[in-house]
Amino acid sequence: MKLDIRLPLGLLFVVFGLLLGGFGLAGNQAIYDRSLGINVNLWWGVVMLAFGLVMILMGRRGARLAENSSESPADEVVVRATSKH
Amino acid sequence: MLTGIDWTIMIVYFVFVLGIGLALRRYMRTSTDFFLAGRAIPAWVCGLAFISANLGAQEVIGMAASGAKYGISTSHFYWIGAIPAMIFVGVFMMPFYYGSRARSVPEYLRLRFDEKTRGFNAVSFAVMTVFSSGISMYAMAKLIQTLHVFDAPIQRLGLPPSAVFHAGILVSALVVLAYIFLGGLSSAIYNEVLQFFLIVAGFLPLIFLGLRNVGGWSGLKTRLTADYTHSWMGMGSAHTNRLGVEWFGLAMGLGFVLSFGYWCTDFLVVQRAMAANSMSAARRTPLIAAFPKMFFPLLVILPGLIAIALPTQRSSPIASTHGVAVVAASEGQGIIPPKIDPITGGPLRDSKGTVQLDYDLAIPNMLLHYFPTGILGLGLTALLASFMSGMAGNVTAFNTVWTYDIYQSYINPKASDQHYLWMGRMATVFGIGLSIAAAYMANSFNNIMDMLQLVFAFVNAPLFATFLLGMFWKRTTGHGAFSGLLAGTLTAALHNSLTLPVGASVGIKGGWWRVVHTYPSEMAQNFWTAIFAWTACFLVTIVVSLLTRPYEEGRLKGLVYSLTERPRSQHLPWYQRPEILAVIALAIVVLLNIIFL
Repeated sequence: MKLDIRLPLGLLFVVFGLLLGGFGLAGNQAIYDRSLGINVNLWWGVVMLAFGLVMILMGRRGARLAENSSESPADEVVVRATSKH
Repeated sequence: MLTGIDWTIMIVYFVFVLGIGLALRRYMRTSTDFFLAGRAIPAWVCGLAFISANLGAQEVIGMAASGAKYGISTSHFYWIGAIPAMIFVGVFMMPFYYGSRARSVPEYLRLRFDEKTRGFNAVSFAVMTVFSSGISMYAMAKLIQTLHVFDAPIQRLGLPPSAVFHAGILVSALVVLAYIFLGGLSSAIYNEVLQFFLIVAGFLPLIFLGLRNVGGWSGLKTRLTADYTHSWMGMGSAHTNRLGVEWFGLAMGLGFVLSFGYWCTDFLVVQRAMAANSMSAARRTPLIAAFPKMFFPLLVILPGLIAIALPTQRSSPIASTHGVAVVAASEGQGIIPPKIDPITGGPLRDSKGTVQLDYDLAIPNMLLHYFPTGILGLGLTALLASFMSGMAGNVTAFNTVWTYDIYQSYINPKASDQHYLWMGRMATVFGIGLSIAAAYMANSFNNIMDMLQLVFAFVNAPLFATFLLGMFWKRTTGHGAFSGLLAGTLTAALHNSLTLPVGASVGIKGGWWRVVHTYPSEMAQNFWTAIFAWTACFLVTIVVSLLTRPYEEGRLKGLVYSLTERPRSQHLPWYQRPEILAVIALAIVVLLNIIFL
């Protein structure tokens, strides 16, 4: 399958992370009584953002590897080395 | 109660779900693309879809409810009732499912046995998937209504509060319809991966807050009686533990017959592994699934335990079946309210006068108790996600079995591949239509649904005996398999007609012929029904097989253990070898049992 699920998954978590984290920073702090005084929106938003970014990075790396291996495998190292410039 | 941020999160999720369907639409060229995801999905994606398809809302709600009712013993449904079977199907059975190139489980039965065995399995399975997706749709819509979180927007539209129920059914059915119609099994599987991570993300902070509040696992232990926090306590006899079943019934009934019957033969889960991109990926699918699965008790059972351990609520900020139940809430335990008698409006009591608790509200009330707006939207989205993944699992299994095993086999065998692709899309539409009908039937005729579920249980109980003999004993014949299945189903019905769980009245719970034995719990009765059905099927299949003409060995190549080349895995790195993964998974499960002994 051409679509790597890690990309939409990562993107979804990045969006959720930004939404929750942003709301946790900007919103009313009185609502956190029920969550034991913890700003759970902010903290969980940060965790989701980080997870999303890792997924996107892995998905892009996977896509690059798949692209390279579809060419001749011997070139793989060379292609990766040059792509860093 | 819900604010803009909660709605935004829900809408973003729906946009992603539909977007995946749209993105996959252009890859749906042949029926194989639609029904089998082109057999091109990597193992880890199949593995997560494998558990996610099983992780419907009923599972999430039901396991937390059992956690509140029975305690940590509920984890037997995972550590005994799932992991061993998942390991078995990956290591031993997948070579035949995947290697035979069968496109569905019923189709394997035709290759191995004959047309009638396949027909029996295909028709009962197709009917069952439609009804289970209808029942879970009903349960979810009912729950959404109970939570009263969607009342405000419905009122703003000028609709009566009961419209929440209809809107819940309609919206979720349309979303699932759209993404499967567009992208078939690939779309269902990709969305299941999304749903898996979302469910974890929605419930993990709940566990964190809940445990922190009660003082961790050790704090939880001091708040509850010992049988709540020890999974094997009193399992020697059915009368000394909360489940009401003894270790043998548990191990044989749940751990062997029911669990292997589900995880090893149910097309709903096996289909996910059949979509894998290679034999070794197909074998790894259930094994990869086993690792998150064994930690799921922490995610779904623990909230139930925490809900019951919290101080009992006097005034009710929590949901209960009636909006007016604030007075009755003090009769509940923890944040779990009592069930409400619809006639008196007071708490429902059993024959001994004990208040009946509405355990199904454990998870929803935990969400409302700990989550402020924002993350509450995430938690509710996770609940919706679990609901949709369970429903999509049923729908994709239904459209495949309908198209390949019923339509192509009995109605229109010679059509073009494009026609079957079209039929798959149509089957998705009418499968969901029938599920909606089933949901409304459950709403008005609860007894009919209970009866249907009972019949399905009879049909399913003996299945694993047929597959076990079919795959590992080449002498098994089609006549043997078919008569075994019938005998097993009839035995299950007979056993049910003669026994009754203690305290239940004769009828749907059993004993409708005469009561010759009383079980200490409904669970014990279910497990023993399964044990009897399996044994009958096993014995009858052997006897009839020996009396009928054996198949020629050439026909059985790739379908039976002794006539199939073992799949090689020596060339793979250790973390990709099914046997090594199996040993690691088993070791961790043993360890978990010891920790929570």
